[in-house]
Amino acid sequence: MTLVMRRWTGGLFDTIPNAIVSLALLWLAAQAGGAFWDWAVTRANFDATTAEACARTGGACWAFIADRWRLILFGTYPYTQQWRPALALALFIALIVVSATPASWRSRPRRRLLGLAWLLTMPLLGALMWGGVAGLPPVPSRLWGGLPLTVMLASVGVGVAFVLALLLALGRVSDMPVIRVLCLFYIEFFRGVPLIALLFLAAILFPYLVPPDWTMDTLLRAQLAFALFFAAYMAEAIRGGLQAIPQGQYLAADSLGMGYWQARRKIILPQALRTVIPSLVNIFIAAFKDTSLVVVISMLDLLGAANASTAEAKWWGLYIEPYLFIAAIYLVFCAAMSAYSRGLERRLGVGVR
Amino acid sequence: MAPIITMERVRKSYGPILVLPGLDLNVAPGQRVVICGPSGSGKSTAIACINGLVPHDAGRIVVDGIALDHARGTAPDVRRMVGMVFQQFNLFPHLTVLENCTVGPITVQRRSRREAEAEAMALLERVRIPDQAAKYPAQLSGGQQQRVAIARALAMRPRIMLFDEPTSALDPEMVTEVLDAMVALADTGITMVVVTHEMGFARQVAHRILYMDRGEILQDSPPEDFFANPADARVQSFLDHVRRGEGPA
Repeated sequence: MTLVMRRWTGGLFDTIPNAIVSLALLWLAAQAGGAFWDWAVTRANFDATTAEACARTGGACWAFIADRWRLILFGTYPYTQQWRPALALALFIALIVVSATPASWRSRPRRRLLGLAWLLTMPLLGALMWGGVAGLPPVPSRLWGGLPLTVMLASVGVGVAFVLALLLALGRVSDMPVIRVLCLFYIEFFRGVPLIALLFLAAILFPYLVPPDWTMDTLLRAQLAFALFFAAYMAEAIRGGLQAIPQGQYLAADSLGMGYWQARRKIILPQALRTVIPSLVNIFIAAFKDTSLVVVISMLDLLGAANASTAEAKWWGLYIEPYLFIAAIYLVFCAAMSAYSRGLERRLGVGVR
Repeated sequence: MAPIITMERVRKSYGPILVLPGLDLNVAPGQRVVICGPSGSGKSTAIACINGLVPHDAGRIVVDGIALDHARGTAPDVRRMVGMVFQQFNLFPHLTVLENCTVGPITVQRRSRREAEAEAMALLERVRIPDQAAKYPAQLSGGQQQRVAIARALAMRPRIMLFDEPTSALDPEMVTEVLDAMVALADTGITMVVVTHEMGFARQVAHRILYMDRGEILQDSPPEDFFANPADARVQSFLDHVRRGEGPA
């Protein structure tokens, strides 16, 4: 028991100055924690109907969240139809969780089944969100919002960006100068332009750049801007992994008669990607949070919807609660990604030289 | 018999450094050739030219009837018939021992997994490490890794095996197990070109021993002659070094 304690407290109380600093910090943390508990739980209000009524207890006004959570979670999606984005989100997250489970990849029939699941689910999600089929009233994408929008922008964006980034990273270290320079220009351009500027370009400038009969949904354009932007970052991360691979691996793959793509698929990329899992997850998390920037082109993602929820007269003046609420949601998603990546690193750690 | 490897006036330089001024070498099918010589003499470059891992600048290389032409992309065709074992093993660290031996047959030759695994197990048996099949290379000793590398190359059913200083990176106590595997391989009659300083091995299995210095072959003779009548003072001094057990610089 003392040994376990010693391990956790190691170095904190071993000398008198250290003990004093540790105790002082503990006291401060207890003060802050206690104050927060007092505000968030003890004096919190769970059932008031206006901001004014809420303020009487002097604590957090969770009644506001209880009243407005559907606006925060689903944005301006028609109220009576909100079961559709809820169902779509649940299906999508379930599909991602299943796909991320190693057991789903273990055999060829399972991989086929997984591919089939994606092929079937994606149109279903589209039908749920857009409607216009099977008696579902149509809902244009400009009304989509909240958490489903955030999750979709982030995961589709990251998925497309990842594939693009693989090609860019390989092109960046290619033997062919033209390809190398093109990839370099792409990466430098998209890394050098702020994401907000890209989103503005996609939303406002894009229609001027293409023939007038070309129409493209604003959501799709924002989605594309995300993918193009994060592809540049991921490409550089993956390039780092490629450079960490010893020359001998290329020689060994070549000596077996492997072609370029065979060697990349079987030998080079599996090793390169394993070494860059931490930086890739870093980018995934950044991408997830940066979806909130679509607010600038008037799309109501989770942050935008939380913002909008504060605008109502009877709840005037409440800001902390909705932001804490969505902060907790962001935190849960990002913590899940981190935990998954730690597990992945551990699992793939076998056989590291 | 027509040679299985033909090298004519093969020239190779790395930037300003001319490594092979014009190498001529023919190897008959089933012949076992050992190449020795001081470091920097171009031995490794010479054998890496045979399967095109090092692209030659000029001259002609024909392997089993296929002219090695990098512009026309024939290198992969040549490599499929030529197995290679490297000084640093170069096993694939993310694959198990068994997968190291099946990834080539399955990916390149499109053989079925079941068949490739059966053959890989038989090869691991031959190099005497079938019990390590499920391990990863990092869990093996250097000698074991090099024997896996031999099995991996053989899994492609090559007609020629190239060895580039296969025992130079090994701790002394592991040299024998790798040489034993190579002697056993020699008994199968496969064509072998081996860069090594292991003169005992050369005496035992080689049909020809070549001495290279500065990209040129100074001596090319059967083992008896090679040790008895060194053609050049440099060969003599090399042999003196080896006999004193120091190995050449």
